[in-house]
Amino acid sequence: MTTIAAEGAPSYISAGYTLRSWLTTRDHKRIALLYGVSILFFFLVAAAAAAMIRLELLTPAGDLVDDDTYNKLFTVHGVVMVWFFLIPSIPSTFGNFLIPLMIGAKDVAFPRLNLASWYIYTLGGLFVVVTLIAGGVDTGWTFYTPYTTMFSNSHVILAVTGVFIVGFSSIFTGLNFIVTVHQMRAPGMTWFRLPLFVWAHYATSLVMVLATPVLAMTLALIAIERLLGVGIFDPALGGDPLLFQHLFWFYSHPAVYIMILPAMGVVSEVITCFSRKPVFGYQFMVYSLLAIAAVGFMVWGHHMFVSGQSMYAGMVFSLLSFLVAIPSAIKVFNWTATLYKGSVRFDAPMLYALGFIGLFMMGGITGIWLAALAADVHLTDTYFVVAHFHYIMVGGAVMAFFSALHFWWPKVTGRLYPDGWARAGAIVMFVGFNLTFFPQYIAGYLGMPRRYHVYPPEFQVLNVLSSGGAVVLGVGYLLPLLYLWWSLRRGRLAGANPWGATGLEWQTPSPPPTYNFASAPRVEGPPYAYQAGGTDGR
Amino acid sequence: MNELQQADAVPAKAPPTGRYWLMWLVLLALQLVNLGSSYLPLGAFNVVVNVGISIVKALLVMAVFMHLSSASPVMRLAAGVGFFFLAVLIGLSLGDYMTRP
Repeated sequence: MTTIAAEGAPSYISAGYTLRSWLTTRDHKRIALLYGVSILFFFLVAAAAAAMIRLELLTPAGDLVDDDTYNKLFTVHGVVMVWFFLIPSIPSTFGNFLIPLMIGAKDVAFPRLNLASWYIYTLGGLFVVVTLIAGGVDTGWTFYTPYTTMFSNSHVILAVTGVFIVGFSSIFTGLNFIVTVHQMRAPGMTWFRLPLFVWAHYATSLVMVLATPVLAMTLALIAIERLLGVGIFDPALGGDPLLFQHLFWFYSHPAVYIMILPAMGVVSEVITCFSRKPVFGYQFMVYSLLAIAAVGFMVWGHHMFVSGQSMYAGMVFSLLSFLVAIPSAIKVFNWTATLYKGSVRFDAPMLYALGFIGLFMMGGITGIWLAALAADVHLTDTYFVVAHFHYIMVGGAVMAFFSALHFWWPKVTGRLYPDGWARAGAIVMFVGFNLTFFPQYIAGYLGMPRRYHVYPPEFQVLNVLSSGGAVVLGVGYLLPLLYLWWSLRRGRLAGANPWGATGLEWQTPSPPPTYNFASAPRVEGPPYAYQAGGTDGR
Repeated sequence: MNELQQADAVPAKAPPTGRYWLMWLVLLALQLVNLGSSYLPLGAFNVVVNVGISIVKALLVMAVFMHLSSASPVMRLAAGVGFFFLAVLIGLSLGDYMTRP
């Protein structure tokens, strides 16, 4: 692979320091940072709600907040975490920053659309902030009908409008990535030379573009029934509440893959770099990403096993759900095989990535339990489900987000962070996460239902463990904020390629210049040309 | 040059405006046929006829108004994938509604 340096060209950060230069930028890297700041804000909002929930659950009695407030807390936690943090987290920040760099392009295909997507995200976020100030919404993040359309006295329309709007930012980002990957690959960057991070985002973008319009339509139908009284979902008006669940989960199950596929892309890059080996079974990794994206559209009914859905449909959805495990397992096996006989180094990004593999596997396997019809009847709406999806979304997607943050931080900022602190942060986060959520598996299996703030006293020990774990997890999130902030001014200069990694993004200075490369790169070989035990420039 | 660039290199010629108007009239006529057929006592075939007419209308919209009749294979694939997943949504949902005891 030819080295394409652009020494001497001003970096994208020094291209302008005014607020106007940031708010009107069309540079994909600056837009990525705008997204980064925004999702950090919403992460903190949703984390504050989670902290209140865990504090309330320290004791079996409802002694901190009343039941209405508790309903609003878990709703805002879910709505904000899902739509304003997890879904845009990796694609809109690292995807935006890295895809053009990785394929050797100057920018994304539609830079203005890219900026527009951030403004739309911000507008959607504004609606959520107004919802909170006005008193919140109490429906749960799933907005189930007919409660949402006919009975809730909270600010449903405001919240639904916010989510409706933010969906368009998701569609714009997906559209941009698809066209960018098709149109703007550097000479020699054939489809099977693309980094797996790019393939993962391509698969994610397909899901974003295909699924999000269904969510928009479903939320619009909520507004129509709630505001105009048109019978769509409410049985009293001749509607069908299960229709809402079909439409909602047709989006919201694939939405899990919008969160996890980019995470898989991150982990593939990090595992191969810190094993000094090409990723095992590259083509199978690609086909697995696409298979997860496609089959993920056909499993939504496993959220509805006890809803009154036909048991025959339940059986089909159960079988289809088992199918998703195959490509997911291929990926886990291939990451493990990549480690085998590699020159493994345990730098901070690698620790987060290894954490991802373990936690994702736990979440995935318990997902198989939940996809089994009979087991799900027992486990549905218990803390077992809560633990399962947090192992996927937090243990999986958020660990991968932090892996990406530590892996590409030197590229984004040009600075290195203190590695000892970073490794400690990864370990604290892993321990805190397990302490928070593993007890919830047990509580759920023993029958503790989700979404109640008062619970039988026999569950208190498990809940105290969980709340204690949340404190450790909070420290795990706070540490990186502190040392990464410190590194911005005091960290050592990183140089173009501190990890000795392959990939075009490492062939340009850190931080990269505005148009990424001094001249168009030419790709002449496969990705991940690592040699185990070889010199790696670190 | 990849497939989309090839598609851009030879831009599809936009059909004349008259064709849109003609298609609009055809769609209106099919709408009337749809309406009229619902008065015929065909039993279960009423649904078959109405859905069949709707499919023809959808295909006409895709071919003419969405320019798929003259689009590149990638564009047709993109549109096809969209309709495939719409079919998945409707098909699997109907799988529930039609098999409830």
